[in-house]
Amino acid sequence: MTTILDPTDERVPIRRALAPRHGISTGTVALLDIIKPRGDVLLDRLEERLRERLPGVTFRRYRKPTFTKPAPLDLRRRIAEECGFVIEALAD
Amino acid sequence: MTAIPAFRLLDSEGREHVWPSERARLLVFMHAGCPTCELTLPLVEAAHAAFGAEIDVAVVSQDEDGGRGLREKHGLRATFLDDSALAVSFEAAIDAVPTAVLLAPDGNELARFEGFARADWFELFARMAFRSGRSVPSLDWSQLPELRPGCGSRSNEPDVAARLEANASGSPLRARRIELGESDDPVEFLFDQGLSDGLPVVPPTPERVMRMLAGTRRAAQDVVAAVPPNYAPATVEKIAINAVMAGCKPAFLPVVIAAVEAVCTSEFNMHGVLATTFFPTPVLIVNGPIRARIGMNSGINCLGQGNRANATIGRALQLVVRNLGGGRPGEVDCATLGQPGKLTMCFAENEERSDWEPLHVERGFARDESTVTAFAGGAPTGFIDQLSRDARSLATSYGLVLAAANHPKQYMHGEIVVVVPPEHVDTFKRGGFTKNQVRARIQEVTSRPLRELVRDEVCAEGLPVELLERLGADLRVSKFRTPTDITLVVAGGEAGKFGAYFQGWVSGPLGSLMTTRKIEDQGGLR
Repeated sequence: MTTILDPTDERVPIRRALAPRHGISTGTVALLDIIKPRGDVLLDRLEERLRERLPGVTFRRYRKPTFTKPAPLDLRRRIAEECGFVIEALAD
Repeated sequence: MTAIPAFRLLDSEGREHVWPSERARLLVFMHAGCPTCELTLPLVEAAHAAFGAEIDVAVVSQDEDGGRGLREKHGLRATFLDDSALAVSFEAAIDAVPTAVLLAPDGNELARFEGFARADWFELFARMAFRSGRSVPSLDWSQLPELRPGCGSRSNEPDVAARLEANASGSPLRARRIELGESDDPVEFLFDQGLSDGLPVVPPTPERVMRMLAGTRRAAQDVVAAVPPNYAPATVEKIAINAVMAGCKPAFLPVVIAAVEAVCTSEFNMHGVLATTFFPTPVLIVNGPIRARIGMNSGINCLGQGNRANATIGRALQLVVRNLGGGRPGEVDCATLGQPGKLTMCFAENEERSDWEPLHVERGFARDESTVTAFAGGAPTGFIDQLSRDARSLATSYGLVLAAANHPKQYMHGEIVVVVPPEHVDTFKRGGFTKNQVRARIQEVTSRPLRELVRDEVCAEGLPVELLERLGADLRVSKFRTPTDITLVVAGGEAGKFGAYFQGWVSGPLGSLMTTRKIEDQGGLR
């Protein structure tokens, strides 16, 4: 019998559950631009279409300082305080 | 405190002998094939006969047959305990055989000596006689040599010492142990678990990991860094496990540790380097005396295959990021195409082949220090200049080539690494060109008016049109933000006027910055 040592961080994988769907279209949605080229074009178009379809919803725009790093903690906190949902534009 | 661990060993008749016990005990560790051990056997037999009623006397045999052969060969009555697993010998720190240890019932060692010295045995018999109240057996001491050295203990043989150390009670290993079934092929198992980069990995058995840890003076549970993207703590042990899997030798481990330190910094930004759809991956450049000591290649084909240190150090880092950090393609690693350097990319600078300061000295380290520099680079792109015979012409070629890095209209490029081959080094030397003169010429040659670089109807790629208004269409722009963004490293074979560059990524504080770490613990090999 061979014994080997675990090369991983030994964490038990945790599957995150999706947030419950209420079927209610109200509240505030964050539109997060990660500042990749043309991400703003996508978000502009998306916001325009969503405003038409969801008149009871407020949209707020946010930008990351760089697309190369995770969003800074203060930005994440601000979005969490001000919004109920996030749509993030990945331009690739 | 006893140096002999608690044990349960079987004798030649299958009876169990337990330590500690109520009685004093003489243990003599030995194995067959050791003449000094055989020379000692009549004394053990005499001790057994004279003091056995009061003091337990036993040979602790390191032989596979538990000492049965030796006992029968010499027709002995003394007890032989089977330590063929060598666990007791290892934990008792037996370096040589024979080693005699006299123990009091409370576990204290009353005497211990190695090899054969007539005076030692004479004194031992006197001590045993005193403790047991029995007489010293009459022996013709003049027939015994005064002094004979012993042999090495089997528990110290290289192939078994690592196994024994890994399993001993004081083992530094803490990683989860995975027991494979009899029918499991360890290599296939590691593939199935997603723990390979696509090539076979060496199964990280406890013995191999113990041998790997001998390459560093750092403690196995020292945390070196938090490895993105999961920011998992990388202990020296976990790095050693992945280094085994990559095929590293123990002497490479300090380089791998320093490389992990370098990429897991905010400046290097391994998370971004991994997650981008673009090409970058850590390109490792090793400088200093360690290059020669571990046999790295800075010459012929140094960016290619064939050298164990070059190939496995880079691979070990990639496996740490994959297995420990959780950075796997298709998950956090979203590279559109990727590149072969994501398996491994590590080479050494040929510092001796040029008068220029080597990379680590330029970056503030002493020439006799060893360092590893990590650069978020793409795959090497080769270029040709076989005809330039003067330094200015050659530097012009460098500029013309580098102007196209990433895209001919992508200017204000950040860091780039250019590998200068020996034949080009000679041409630059003939012209007396310093590194800064090469850099300046590259900036001069690549300079173009802004109007040619902005996005237009011919080619939508390029700099933002708004810059025209702000800076003017005639402003001349060089390829690189600053000349110091151009890193020149000397490497490669003696023949061939071919250089190479590693394209950069988003370079600077918002992306990734070249990062150098000193390789601390050289000479840690035991």
